Amino acid sequence: MSDPNGQATSPEPESPPEEPRTLASPPPIGELRVGDQLPTRSHTPTNVSLFMYNAAVWNHHRIHYDEAYTTQVEGHPGIVIDGPLQGDWITQVVLNWIGPQDELVRFAYTNRVAAHLGETLTSGGRVAAIDIAASLVELELFVVNEQGAVTTPGSATVFLAG
Amino acid sequence: MPLLTEEHLRWIGTSDPPTTVEVSRRDIVKYATATEQRQERYLRGDEAPPMFVFNLFSELPTVEGLRRDGLAARRQQGPSLPLKRVMAGGTSVEVHRPIRPGDVLTATRTLVGLTEKQGRSGPLIFSEYRTVIVDADGRPVMEENQTGIAR
Repeated sequence: MSDPNGQATSPEPESPPEEPRTLASPPPIGELRVGDQLPTRSHTPTNVSLFMYNAAVWNHHRIHYDEAYTTQVEGHPGIVIDGPLQGDWITQVVLNWIGPQDELVRFAYTNRVAAHLGETLTSGGRVAAIDIAASLVELELFVVNEQGAVTTPGSATVFLAG
Repeated sequence: MPLLTEEHLRWIGTSDPPTTVEVSRRDIVKYATATEQRQERYLRGDEAPPMFVFNLFSELPTVEGLRRDGLAARRQQGPSLPLKRVMAGGTSVEVHRPIRPGDVLTATRTLVGLTEKQGRSGPLIFSEYRTVIVDADGRPVMEENQTGIAR
């Protein structure tokens, strides 16, 4: 796992060039390398934060706030962390990485594994492809649980203005 | 024997009635706070994070119109598929411009594809919906492609 504070780690001069490095923000596109990592961030939703999210998006589905109903009637192991909330975290990996002149032009995510209240999930990503001529960068993104299973894979295209 | 009939496939290309929403700064701030955004422009409500549009255009049902699970009892418009267990597939979004307070946005959802595949545990039906969001001048703001998988 990369530096949780999201600090850029400058590689030692003797380290091989293919060693993944974590960048707090994008360098000039010519200096970016496939495999460069974006800072990770951990998310531990609480009953209250999940309530706030579902209130903000006006989602009254009981599996997001009524534990007895969710476990006893619907058979989930716990309150379900919303899939689109994890989609938001996927976008934040990018939005908190790029600069004010850069643009998120496309993103995608799929909710693959359910996540439940009490879990800590970690979001992050890496550079998958670079198109210097078009100033576009393809990113591979993820939300992963404590067992290492990717709950929400994602991807994005960013335009780097710098 | 295909599960999808002519009757189902006729729905391809049909759209739900467009829905229009006026974006308020306070709603953006609520969303940005709840999702623990870190960019000031979102936390101040000057601009909406892209996922702010999730559920933004959905119907607002009355309390008595809710089912036991808390969801609306309304009937979904579209084909009645022969497979009933529906899971969310992928969501893919193109961002044309940021959303700001005061924007009057109109979303139109269209069924663009209906395909049948043989999965390992039985047949699957993939429904692809495209939602186009435009501003008051009709200019594109965002386009979302969403796949639903019925099994």
